[in-house]
Amino acid sequence: MSELDDAVTTLEGTAGNDDARFQNERLFDQTNEGAQGYKKKEVVITGGPWPQDVTDETMVINMGPQHPSTHGVLRLMVELDGEIVVDAKPIVGYLHTGMEKTGEELTYVQGCTNVTRMDYASPLSNELVFSLAAEKLLGIEIPERATWARMLLVELNRISSHLLFQATNGMDVGAVSMMIYGWREREEVLRLLEKITGLRMNHNYIRVGGIAADLPEGWKKDVLEICDKVEKGVHQYDSLLSGNPIFQERMVGVGILSTEQALSLSATGPILRSTGYAWDLRKEQPYLAYDQVDFDVITTSNGDVFDRYRIRLYEILESIKIVKQCVENMPKGDYRVQDKKVTPPPRARIDESMEALIHHFKLFTEGFKVPAGETYAAVESPRGEIGCYMVSDSSSKPLRMHVRGPSFYNLQSMVPMMKGRYFADAVAVISSVDPIMGEVDR
Amino acid sequence: MNSIATQLKQKFESSIHIDSLGQDVLYFSKEDYLDAVQYLKSECEITMCIDVTAVDFLGCNDRKAIEGVQLERFEIVSNFISHKRNERVRLIVEIEENHPTVASICSVFPGANFAEREVFDMFGIEFEGHPDMTRILMPDEWQGHPLRKDDSPARIPVNFTDDISSAEESFQ
Repeated sequence: MSELDDAVTTLEGTAGNDDARFQNERLFDQTNEGAQGYKKKEVVITGGPWPQDVTDETMVINMGPQHPSTHGVLRLMVELDGEIVVDAKPIVGYLHTGMEKTGEELTYVQGCTNVTRMDYASPLSNELVFSLAAEKLLGIEIPERATWARMLLVELNRISSHLLFQATNGMDVGAVSMMIYGWREREEVLRLLEKITGLRMNHNYIRVGGIAADLPEGWKKDVLEICDKVEKGVHQYDSLLSGNPIFQERMVGVGILSTEQALSLSATGPILRSTGYAWDLRKEQPYLAYDQVDFDVITTSNGDVFDRYRIRLYEILESIKIVKQCVENMPKGDYRVQDKKVTPPPRARIDESMEALIHHFKLFTEGFKVPAGETYAAVESPRGEIGCYMVSDSSSKPLRMHVRGPSFYNLQSMVPMMKGRYFADAVAVISSVDPIMGEVDR
Repeated sequence: MNSIATQLKQKFESSIHIDSLGQDVLYFSKEDYLDAVQYLKSECEITMCIDVTAVDFLGCNDRKAIEGVQLERFEIVSNFISHKRNERVRLIVEIEENHPTVASICSVFPGANFAEREVFDMFGIEFEGHPDMTRILMPDEWQGHPLRKDDSPARIPVNFTDDISSAEESFQ
């Protein structure tokens, strides 16, 4: 079946000539002729049938999966009454690569390389939640320095992720210059992450038992420099966009979601906070060392697209606060747990110790065994609660590794945001939900 | 044992509570599952269904026996959170291998919609009363359920045509 078929089959019945819109003869003829050919075709739609019977008044069109504003390969089926969205249905799965199945084939040592590719805009959150779940099953405590370094990196990642949002959001609503600015600052942050982890994205830096390597020399100076640059950038965006009447016209009062809707649809993160509901896992159920740093949870009360933009903008400033505290308080010591079953020995030890060589070899071929059990770990990613449900059968590979992607759940809240609004606003709504399809489809 | 688990255990005496590494887990029978979720929402101040997923235990060598629970091949695992009490609880339902079905909780927590579709897609467990029980990640014409342990990912080569029969032919 082709996309065209999907789109046009539902044209059936558009020739309702009682409608004032079709009184115009030319329009009537055009519609009727086009629709007749498709009338009898059976509707087969990937992602299930359209939930309601489409009435004569409305038509269903497809948006995506190849559309610049759908942030990857999101497909939306939208039922339209003229310009007004009557109903919408997000259809996903175009980026499905079976990562949860792959996760069952990889050892706990290799697992991070897999999960880091899920939410590619904030890979460190994924690695963190995977590591936290595995460490919980193992029952190991990671050293202080690793905890703080993880926090530093996750917050830097949050900054880069929100900067990416600012760029794409600007582009989607027509502030194209914002794309350049957002990317400019994000690139600086990614350059720093590359310096620390070795890769711009998909770092595989946070691992079970700590972090892959110690922070490089001179990292403090670099981090503080970035903080200044980004802070300056955020104030620039604020003065460029927040008060801009055209920008506000496009965003204020668009895509409104109430707190009840957000809660019932399992929406988390900035979407939930934009409805005036102050819930942030970093504050409420602190993991790492978030209870030792000082920061605010940003909330707004309107629940519209503009609020979600503002929340993400100001969260950058809060993250900078945390990053600065991490720089100040970074403890000295080990950066990974000194448990020989979990952590590979230092390179120099392999040359002089037989045991070290054996441990190294065993760790990278077989991996380490994890006691049987099941657990759920959750952290606050830039998009909301990312969780990892892990079941171990006391082998070196997880029996089940499930990641609760926040974007996957947030997509559901898109529908009430769009209903009853203009179709053109749908683009702003998709952008404000900020879905990462790698995480949705896994 | 947190307050929600205590309250739930008192209401549903047949459920089994275990402490899983400091997290509260309750095993429910299929019959009680929907009632328990409704009770969670109405009485226990559970505000959000965080996640619904499933586990396939086929071929698991080291599965711990739990007293009072008849272990089956599949488990449905649903995580809930109460923002007011700042507590989490996890419900597990055992699902037998033949005709795996369970009640859908979409009527109580609409947010479980996508998650249940994913479980159906990946494990072939059907949710009764779900408004739209269709595949979500795999193509509609896909055969099999990928996350089942006996579903080998490399058995049928991936072929991106509309016609599944031609794909099978080319494989033979």
